[in-house]
Amino acid sequence: MSTRLADQGRLVNKNKAVSFTFNGKHLQGFEGDTLASALLANDQMLVGRSFKYHRPRGVVASWAEEPNGLINMGKGGTFEPNQRITTTELFEGLSATSQNHWPSLEFDVGAINAALSRFLPAGFYYKMFMYPRPFWKHVYEPFIRQSAGLGKAPKDRDADTYEHFNVHVDVLVVGGGIAGLAAAQAAGERGARVLLVEQTAHWGGRAAVDSPEIDGQPAAEWIKSTVQALEKMDNVAIRTRCMGAGVYDHGYALAYERLTDHAPEIDGPRHRLWRIRAKQIVTATGAIERPLSFAGNDIPGVLLASAVRDYVVNYGVSIGDRTVVVTNNDDAYRTAIILKQAGLDVPAIVDARAQAAGPLIDQARELGIRVELGKGIASVKGGKRVTGVGICTQAGEGAVLEEIACDCVAMSGGWSPVVHLWSHCGGKLIWDADQVMFRPDPERAPTGDKGQPFVATAGIANGHLFTAEVVGDGWAAGRAAAKAAGHMKKGGQAPLGHDVEEGPISPVWLMPQGAGQALRAKAWLDFQNDVKVSDVQLAAQEGFESVEHAKRYTTLGMATDQGKLSNINGLAVLSKSLNADIPDVGTTTFRPPYTPISMGAIAGAARGPMFQPVRKTPMSDWHNANGADNEPVGQWRRPYAYVRPGETVHDAVNREVKNTRENLGLLDASTLGKLIVKGPDAGKFLDMMYTNMMSTLPVGKCRYGLMCSENGFLMDDGVVVRMAEDTWLCHTTTGGAERIHAHMEDWLQCEWWDWKVYVANVTEQYAQIAVVGPNARKVLRKLGGMDVSAEALPFMQWAEGKIGDFDARVFRISFSGELSYEIAVPAGQGQAFWDALMAAGEEFGVMPYGTECLHILRAEKGFIMIGDETDGTVIPQDLNLQWALSKKKEDYLGKRAHERSHMADPNRWKLVGLETVDGSVLPDGAYAIADGTNENGQKNTQGRVTSTYYSANLDRGIAMGLVRNGPDRMGEVIEFNKVDGTTIAAKIIDPVFYDKDGEKQNV
Amino acid sequence: MLILHCPYCGVDADETDLHAGGEAHLKRQGPGSSDAQFEDYLFMRENPKGVHFERWRHVYGCGKWFLAARCTSTLEVFGTYSAQTTEPPQDIKDAISAKRPGWTWGNYS
Repeated sequence: MSTRLADQGRLVNKNKAVSFTFNGKHLQGFEGDTLASALLANDQMLVGRSFKYHRPRGVVASWAEEPNGLINMGKGGTFEPNQRITTTELFEGLSATSQNHWPSLEFDVGAINAALSRFLPAGFYYKMFMYPRPFWKHVYEPFIRQSAGLGKAPKDRDADTYEHFNVHVDVLVVGGGIAGLAAAQAAGERGARVLLVEQTAHWGGRAAVDSPEIDGQPAAEWIKSTVQALEKMDNVAIRTRCMGAGVYDHGYALAYERLTDHAPEIDGPRHRLWRIRAKQIVTATGAIERPLSFAGNDIPGVLLASAVRDYVVNYGVSIGDRTVVVTNNDDAYRTAIILKQAGLDVPAIVDARAQAAGPLIDQARELGIRVELGKGIASVKGGKRVTGVGICTQAGEGAVLEEIACDCVAMSGGWSPVVHLWSHCGGKLIWDADQVMFRPDPERAPTGDKGQPFVATAGIANGHLFTAEVVGDGWAAGRAAAKAAGHMKKGGQAPLGHDVEEGPISPVWLMPQGAGQALRAKAWLDFQNDVKVSDVQLAAQEGFESVEHAKRYTTLGMATDQGKLSNINGLAVLSKSLNADIPDVGTTTFRPPYTPISMGAIAGAARGPMFQPVRKTPMSDWHNANGADNEPVGQWRRPYAYVRPGETVHDAVNREVKNTRENLGLLDASTLGKLIVKGPDAGKFLDMMYTNMMSTLPVGKCRYGLMCSENGFLMDDGVVVRMAEDTWLCHTTTGGAERIHAHMEDWLQCEWWDWKVYVANVTEQYAQIAVVGPNARKVLRKLGGMDVSAEALPFMQWAEGKIGDFDARVFRISFSGELSYEIAVPAGQGQAFWDALMAAGEEFGVMPYGTECLHILRAEKGFIMIGDETDGTVIPQDLNLQWALSKKKEDYLGKRAHERSHMADPNRWKLVGLETVDGSVLPDGAYAIADGTNENGQKNTQGRVTSTYYSANLDRGIAMGLVRNGPDRMGEVIEFNKVDGTTIAAKIIDPVFYDKDGEKQNV
Repeated sequence: MLILHCPYCGVDADETDLHAGGEAHLKRQGPGSSDAQFEDYLFMRENPKGVHFERWRHVYGCGKWFLAARCTSTLEVFGTYSAQTTEPPQDIKDAISAKRPGWTWGNYS
C-alpha cells in the first residue's frame, strides 16, 4: 500500500493538516502536498479510468506529464474538468471527483470494453462506424458523443476573474531549475532585463530532489542563495506557478500564471496570461522520464522511477512497501537507493542492460539490493493494484524465470528533453543515439525578424544530463542571450557542478525484446487513450507510415497530456515496424500551449461588457430610457423598436410602422457612416469608387450611389451629397463606415497616390435624425428657421441653416417613401434637437421608430438593404439597379468584372417581390424549389427569400427575393420550402408594394 | 506574432496593430483588359515558400499602407517600404540578395 513515511517530505508541513474530499470521501493531507501526494498518502492509488477500455488507472508521474490522474474540481461557477492531480496543490476544502466511469470508480461497467479489446484495435472508429450509412446519424454519432471526452463541460458561468500582462524583456528564461537559475543570474549580471518563470511552486527542478553538489554545497543551498541573489536584482523578475506556455514569431511568448489555484481564498484574478515580447528566450525546461513498454505497465502501482523518488523526497509518501525497479540506465538506481535508505524494501533492480557498472550500481549493491542484469519484466501481476512481476531475459521472448512479489514497479526508459518551446516556432531537433533522445539542434534555432536565432536552450532540455554541464550550459546560455540582446556588462562566474559518474544508457523500446503478440497487446504506450505497442505496429502494417498519420489513426499522443510520456516510445516502435531509423521517422509537431491553459486566461478581462466597446449615439441614453429593445449593428446598439408598457415587441413595431406612414416618425440615423471626401481630384476619385457618376452632381444635390468591389460585387450603398465645388459627403451603411473609409484609403494610398484627395470619417461628429411622415414638414416649420418648403428644398437636395436654434444640415432624402428630412446637427446638440422634435411633434402624433420599422418601410417600397439583398455574391444587375451603373464612365471599380461571363449570364437570380397566396409571412432565407434533384439527391432550387416581413400597412406578409429570370416571370406562383418539410406558395410580383409612383415622398 | 517597422511613422508595430492586405505590386487591370489578364489580376497570387512581398496597413497607428519584403518560411523581414511605388526599391532588392542569393519573385529578382 501507499502511505506517509515518518520522516522525509521536504515540501510538506506535517504540523498543518489539510482536509479535502475525493468522490465524497473525507481525507486529510498536509500543507505543501499536491492532490496526488495526498491521495497516495491515503492509499488512494486508483484515480481514474482509461478512455477506451475503462481500465483502472493509477498515478504514473509527479508533474505535468501525468496522463491518468484527471479529476473534476469544484462546483457550480468554479467547476473545472480534467485537472491534473499532480499539478493541483492541496488546499483546505478542496473537492475532487474522478472521471470516465459509471457507476463508480471501483466498479465501472465500461470496463467490458477491455474484455473486447481484441475487437477494438487501432483505427477501430474508422473501420467500425462506416457502414451502413444511416447508422452514422442515428446510432454511431450519438454513441461516440456520449462516450467522447473525459470529464464534463462546466454548466455555469465562470465565477472567477482573469487578467493579461503585457511585458517587454531582454531575456525570458523558462524553467526555474538549476539551468534556468544560472541562466537568469548570468543574464541579469550582464545588465539585461530578465523574466524567469517556473511552472511549479518551487525552485530548483530535479536538482532539488536529487541534490547533487554545486559550488561545493548541496544543490538545495545553492538554489536558495541563487534565488535570493535574483530577488535582489532590480532588472530581474522571477515568478513561480508560471508556466512558459508557447513561443511564437519574432520573440513573442505566452506564460500562464496560476495565482489562486493553490489558495482560493486569496482575492484577485485566478490566472494571469503574460504576453511577452522577448529579444531572446532561454528554454531551460528540463526533461521527462520515459516509461518502458512491458506487458501490464498500465496497472496501478507502476510509476516512473523519478516519480517514485519525488513522492518520497518531496512529500514523504511511499508508493509501496516493496518496489521493483526496472531500467535501462543508471539514473533509476537513485530511486532504489532512496527507497532503501527510507527503510523500504527493494527486492530487485531489473536492468535490461547486459552490462552495467559504476558508483550508483555499486552503492545499490552495497545496500544489499539484488541487481539483475540483462533482465526484463515479462508481465505485471495484479488488477487494480500491482501484486508482483514476472522476470525474464530481456533478449528472449518473455519466458518467466521468476516471480517477485511487490506492490510497486518503478520504471525508467531514459529521459526525453522537453523540447516543446524550442520547437513551437521552428527550432529543429537532432537524434542523439548515445543518449537515446531527441535534443535541440543548436545550428537550427528558431529565427527572428532579422534572421537571428532568438531561442536558446539550456541544461537537461539541451541534452545535458549531468549537473556540471547543466549549470555551465545554463550560465553560458544566459550570458549569450544577454549579449544578443545588447547587454555586455562583465563580471560574474559560472557555477561549478559535481556529478556522480554514470554508465551509458541502452535503448529499450520493447521488453522483452522478442515479446510476442499477447504481450505486445498488453504493453501500453499511451495510458490515457489506451494505445498499445500492438496498435502502433498494426497502424504501420496497414500503411500509416507517416508519424502524423499513425498518431491520428491510433490516437497515440492525442490525450490531454499530448504524448508527453508516449510519443518517443511510440515513434520508436513505429520506426522499428517500418525498419527505419528513428530520426527518419521524426516526431509529430509540438504545438503550444505546453500544457492546457484555461479559457478564462485566454479571454482575460475581455468578458461580458468588456468583451468589446459598445458605440453610443448622443441619443442612446434617451432610447434606453424610453423602452428601446436594442439590437447589435456592428458595435452599435440600435433600438429595434420602442416598446410601451403592455406591448409586445411585435406590437410596438406594427404601431411604429403605421404611425410613421400616417403621422410622424423619428429615427436616430446617427450611426450611418459619414465620410467627407475633399480635394481637387475628389470628383474623379468618387467616379472610380461609385458605379454612378458623382463628379457631375451639382452642388446642393444628393444622389443615391452604389459601391462595388473590384470583382463586381455590391459592397455598400448610400446617398452622396455635393457640399461644395471640391467637397462631397458620402453616407455609408451603419456597419460600413470604417470599412468603406479603409477601402477609400487603400485605393488612395496604394493605387492613385498622386490624386489630391483627402477622406475624413466624421460619423461620430454629427447626430443625424430622420424626420419622417406626412407631418414632417409641419414639425420643422413649427420649430422655425430655414425654409423647408418643397420649392426651397425639393426632393434629393440639401441645405444648411438653422432649424429652431440648431445648426442643421438638412437632406431631403427618404428611405421610407414618405416625406422625409434627414437632419444632421453637431453631436453635442443631438439630444437637445431630439427633445425639441419630440416636444414640437406631440401635436402631430410623433413617435420614435426603430430599425425593424425602418426595414419594413423600406421593404414596402422595394428598397434594397446591404446585407439582406446582398451577401457578397450579388451584383447591381441582380437587383435591377442597372440605372445606377454609369455608361459614360470609362472605368470604375467593378466595371471590368461585370463583363465576365458569369456576371453577364442572363440566368442569374434577380430581385422580385414575393406575395404569399395565403397572405402569411415567408420564412427568411427559404429557397424556391425547382423541378428535379441535383447529383446529391437534393431538390433543385431557383431562388431564395432575402427580406420578409409582416406589413401592418398592407396587413399581409411581404417579401423580396432573388429568383432565376424573376423579372420575366411576373404573376407566376412558385413554392418555397419550410423547415417542417412542407412548402408555401408565393406569387412573383413587382418589389414595390406601396406607393408605386412615389407620390408620398415627393410632396 | 510578427513585428514590422512602419516606414511612415517609424514605429516597430506588433502584428495586432496591423492589417494584412495580401500580395504587393499587383498591376490593376480595368476595362479593355483580356479575360486572362483580369483573372490574373483578381485571383492569381504568388504564394511562395520564401521571399514574398506583401501589403500591410498600420491600422491602429498612423493608418498608412506600406509594403514589406519577408520570408514566408522563416519570417525574416528584409525590409519595409512605401506603398507608393510600382516595384521593390533597389535597396530592398539588395537586402534580399544579401540573404537569399538568386531569389526571384514574379518578374523581380
